[in-house]
This record gives sequence, structure tokens and C-alpha cells, in this order.
Amino acid sequence: MPTTTISGREVSVDDEGFMTEYDQWDETLAAALAAAIEIEMTDEHWRVIHFLRDDFKVQGETPTIRRITNTGGFDTKQMFVLFPKKPAKKMAYIAGLPKPHGCV
Amino acid sequence: MASEVIETQEMIIPAFEKHEESGRKLAIICSKGNLDMAYPGLILGNAALGEGVEVHMFFTFWGFEMITKGRMEHLKFVPVGNPATHMPQALMPMPGMTAMATKMMKKSIADLDVPEVPEFLDLITASGGHLWACQMSADMNHVTIDDLYDGVEGIINAGAFIELTEGAQVIFI
Repeated sequence: MPTTTISGREVSVDDEGFMTEYDQWDETLAAALAAAIEIEMTDEHWRVIHFLRDDFKVQGETPTIRRITNTGGFDTKQMFVLFPKKPAKKMAYIAGLPKPHGCV
Repeated sequence: MASEVIETQEMIIPAFEKHEESGRKLAIICSKGNLDMAYPGLILGNAALGEGVEVHMFFTFWGFEMITKGRMEHLKFVPVGNPATHMPQALMPMPGMTAMATKMMKKSIADLDVPEVPEFLDLITASGGHLWACQMSADMNHVTIDDLYDGVEGIINAGAFIELTEGAQVIFI
């Protein structure tokens, strides 16, 4: 597993750059990750990211867009606005979680 | 929120922009009305949307079952003549087998947290997918746009579909 330096801090990531240690994450890192993929975080972004983090903690896996919609109560369309083109992967990246591995 | 200085040289950033820049486009032609043949198109279409790919789905012939109100929620899995079920084929045509096999398949799909057809179409349209119905099939079945799932953008002929999917990769199911 490689490590990378984000905001002057050493963090563990996988080959693609997704963080691998849940507890190394904080909002400062998340903002840096978001900036790296050209997303400017708003309150709405943070609400989604925190839902992902909380859900992962309970379920042990990154929620899919469907789960974010049905369980988190977020609007699917809006996810594509907040995290353009590849919402599931982009939000997982910012939340410091692995890519969702379900097909749906 | 202002972030601190990012040391970009050392930071590994996923290649999210790959497909966005390529303008990748996918045309999925759904021509079957069985439950088991509905899912490949829905799953691939949804997956492609999640990767930033432009998706157009064209429903034709029996594929109309997937988008016809009152029918789309009742697709069936027919085990007759399907050796992949590993069931004795002589028993498959018996009454009740299709209903039982359908029930079992629906349960397996639901257990994976995969939605039923109508909700799957909701997900696809909310994700920006385009749904089109085939003109000839609509004429054959005497169906109008009002009979179809609300997310269907229009009833168009084959030529129109070919035109609007110029440059797309095609999946025929």
C-alpha cells in the first residue's frame, strides 16, 4: 500500500489514491481531496459525505447511489450535480472510503 | 472550506476525468420482455451512467414489456428450455413453474439490494439516462406514449435512434 501526502500529512491510499484507513480522515483532508478533483465543498456536499462516513461505519461498505437516495434521503439527480459525472466514486474518494463495489 | 496547500506532486489522484474527456456514449437496445433479460440492460446502463457515460436505451419488440405501465412490474422468468437452471427440463412446462421461478429470481435480486424494473428506470432517468420507445413496436401493439413509463422521452423510429446515437458503442439485448 502506498502512502501519499495530503495537506502536509502522510496518509495510506490504494493505487488509485483512495484512502484506506477510515480513522486517518478528517474534514481538512476531505477538503483537500475535493479540491484535487475540482469540487468545492458546500454544506450540501458535507451532508452527503457525512452520511457516507456514518453509513460505512455501520454497514462496513461504501453505500451505493441507490442507498444514498433511499436510506440517506438525498436526491439522485442532485448527486450528479454535486459530484459531476461519477458521483459514487467521487464522493467515496472525498469521504476517504473505498469505491462502492456493488453493481447497482 | 479553505484547504491547506496541497502537495500535488506527491498526491495520487484517481483518473476520474478519463471518460468525461472521451465523450463516451452507449446505446443499449432492449428487445426482450423476460425478467432475466431485462436486468442486463438496466445494470449496464446504470453502471455506465455512474461512470459519466452518456446512455441511450431503446426499447423494441418484447422490450416494450419493460416500459409498459401495468406490465413492467410483472415481468416473468420462464425456466422452460433454459438448461442453465439445472432443473429437470421435463418438469419446467408444468403449471406454476414460471411463477415459482419468477418468485425465486425476484427474491435473489432483492436480496442483492437491486431494485425492481420500475424503480430501476427511476434510478436511470434520475442519473441522466435517456429512454426511447420504438415506433414500429408501438404501432404493432397500438400503444401511445401515455401507456408507457413516464420517463420515456419519446416514441421514435429506428433511423432517429441511429442518428441520435452517432458514435455510440452498441449493446443489443
